[in-house]
Amino acid sequence: MAVRTLLGDEAVALGGIHAGISAAYGYPGTPSTEILEFLLQHRPEVAASWAVNEKTAYEQALGVSMAGRRVLVTMKHVGLNVAADPFVNSALLDINGGLVLAVADDPGMHSSQNEQDSRLLADFARTICLEPHDAQSAYDMTREAFDLSERFHVPVVLRLVTRLAHCRTGVEVGASRPPNPLSKAPDHGNWVLLPANARRRWRDLLDRQADFLAFSEHSAHNELTAGSGEAGVITAGIARHYLAEHLPELEQRPPILHVGTYPLPAALLRRFAAQVRRILVLEDGYPFIERMLRGVLPAPVAIAGRETGDLPIDGELTPDTVRRALGLPQRPHLPGVPVPARTPQLCNGCPHIDTVRALKEALEGLPRQLVASDIGCYTLAALPPLAALDSCVCMGASIGMAKGASDAGLKPTVALIGDSTFLHSGLTPLLDAVAADTDMTVIIADNEVVGMTGGQPTLVGSSRLYPILIGLGVPAEHCHLIEAHPRYAVTNAELIRREIEHPGLSVIVAVRECVESVRARKARAPNEGAVT
Amino acid sequence: MKFDVIVAGVGGQGVLSLSSILAAAALNGGLFVKQSEVHGMAQRGGAVTAHLRLSSTPVHSELVALGSASMILSLEPLEALRHLEYLAPGGAVVTAVDPVRNIPNYPALDELVAAIRLLPSAVEVEAAALARRAGLARATNMVMAGAAAPWLPLRPDDLESCIRMLFASKGPVVVERNLAAFRAGREVSCSPIR
Repeated sequence: MAVRTLLGDEAVALGGIHAGISAAYGYPGTPSTEILEFLLQHRPEVAASWAVNEKTAYEQALGVSMAGRRVLVTMKHVGLNVAADPFVNSALLDINGGLVLAVADDPGMHSSQNEQDSRLLADFARTICLEPHDAQSAYDMTREAFDLSERFHVPVVLRLVTRLAHCRTGVEVGASRPPNPLSKAPDHGNWVLLPANARRRWRDLLDRQADFLAFSEHSAHNELTAGSGEAGVITAGIARHYLAEHLPELEQRPPILHVGTYPLPAALLRRFAAQVRRILVLEDGYPFIERMLRGVLPAPVAIAGRETGDLPIDGELTPDTVRRALGLPQRPHLPGVPVPARTPQLCNGCPHIDTVRALKEALEGLPRQLVASDIGCYTLAALPPLAALDSCVCMGASIGMAKGASDAGLKPTVALIGDSTFLHSGLTPLLDAVAADTDMTVIIADNEVVGMTGGQPTLVGSSRLYPILIGLGVPAEHCHLIEAHPRYAVTNAELIRREIEHPGLSVIVAVRECVESVRARKARAPNEGAVT
Repeated sequence: MKFDVIVAGVGGQGVLSLSSILAAAALNGGLFVKQSEVHGMAQRGGAVTAHLRLSSTPVHSELVALGSASMILSLEPLEALRHLEYLAPGGAVVTAVDPVRNIPNYPALDELVAAIRLLPSAVEVEAAALARRAGLARATNMVMAGAAAPWLPLRPDDLESCIRMLFASKGPVVVERNLAAFRAGREVSCSPIR
């Protein structure tokens, strides 16, 4: 066995390669991005590609599975909301080639809008979920997840969290399994979810829950460790390490159950609970296991966790919050020194700065009603010194919200959205605005890359954006390309102002390449001599 | 042996490559390592940290606990102070003194330096000047790797061979200048200010 040093994300990618994947799809999103990046950089033989959004990524993965080949699909937790339609329905299909969904949650919201827990979505879809606790188990579980997917004919979810995805550590890797031959799923209508088939498939999925549970009950990923005392601890994911860190300091080693598979191994949980009077549940994300255990009726075993205040209800777990929950005294440490926050900000020379300044200039003197914005670097323009945006909700929301606000009577309304966010989820709401010729102005801040996640290429080049807009039906006389550069500050502001005053739909594409992407491109060029 | 490090700085300064070099050298030296990085939004000019845990026995937690870091290694003086709660009693702060003033309420530099000098064990490094003298202004993170080196449970040779490997693709000149930066940092730390 070879040992490699890998990020949790990279371990998932390598696990997929060694499990014989033929393809991989995803949309960049912290903390999941490095899974597909690893495949793109290291394995040209795997057809890995970024998709326009998580839904199309998932649907492409379904096509691969139907063709009998193994496929990995990756996204961040909120991306699974976008892919929820194909994902939830795919549990009713007769999955053919193994399909594994690696979804990375972001408890603590380091780089996200919420801290939703993908274990609940796996449960919602009634499918199997594996939860690794380090890069090694991420590698092992990814391999196993493909076998499970083919054994049970369901998509299998691999749930990661930020600290696992972005922690680098040693991983022992095994031998590669060859990819599956092309072998289309047998034609029994199991992929045609017409109501009659769907009812049959749904019933079949429900009947197979017992098989999933039996797998979970006997999985080696659920580890019961004997201990003494009446207070037991259940851990899931990386919380296991925060407990392990403190075991030497505890007076007695408590009975411990580590959970790594879902559906929850109910019989194992009952067996564990029978030895104790109190259970502390340590899990990152929602109090999922905690709630399942507690239920609503009085129970003989007290359940402690996030909902009882033993641990914070929000944010990621830390060694220190776990320490407190275990009843250990705080370690002596220096008091913190109050220092000013240093929030992320737009880079020097960023084209978004010029776009937003031109917009602010254009809005000068108008009753500023609404600048709806979106997900991307430019969202940082909501913070001082620009402080120019009113909203950021989810991918593509800016355009729909601007339309709704305009319908409701707010004037002027502006939507500010990035190029890749527009391609991801902005086309459809724009069509709503085109159909109604809504009085609103859409500004597409086109930096020609997916900037925030590290400069992945946008799906179609910038030059194709304009014909797409015209094709959608944006009136050509109100569809403009401008260069987001200080030297055009005045003319850009004037143009935006004119279009804001136009009582119908306008779209302005403000183009200039991301400065980070320019820098990276120069660094890649030979003999440029840049470091890092 | 257990040695936890908080590596701090501002997005774009090279916190991740600094932390990676130390982690790689530790692995070469036969230690167990967990290195937690921050990616995504925080990298855009915000405060960035990496938690690096080195140990002769397997490492559990991905994160360093409060009061347990043997070292805070910072590429920026304000960022050195942000994480003091993590410092173990007897732990060292090794920091570059060159401020990154990208916020309007950046404190006066002499106040920051005074606060750093109050700490029981602190090394201030003129990282930018040393990097320039080594011929590579961007190599401040390698200067800081050098400044940290005498305190770390790592062999300087392991660190140097990791630097060679990391920059090999950039050609021998870049490798030598990064090594020179590393050695300049190491020299400062070997002859502490106090």
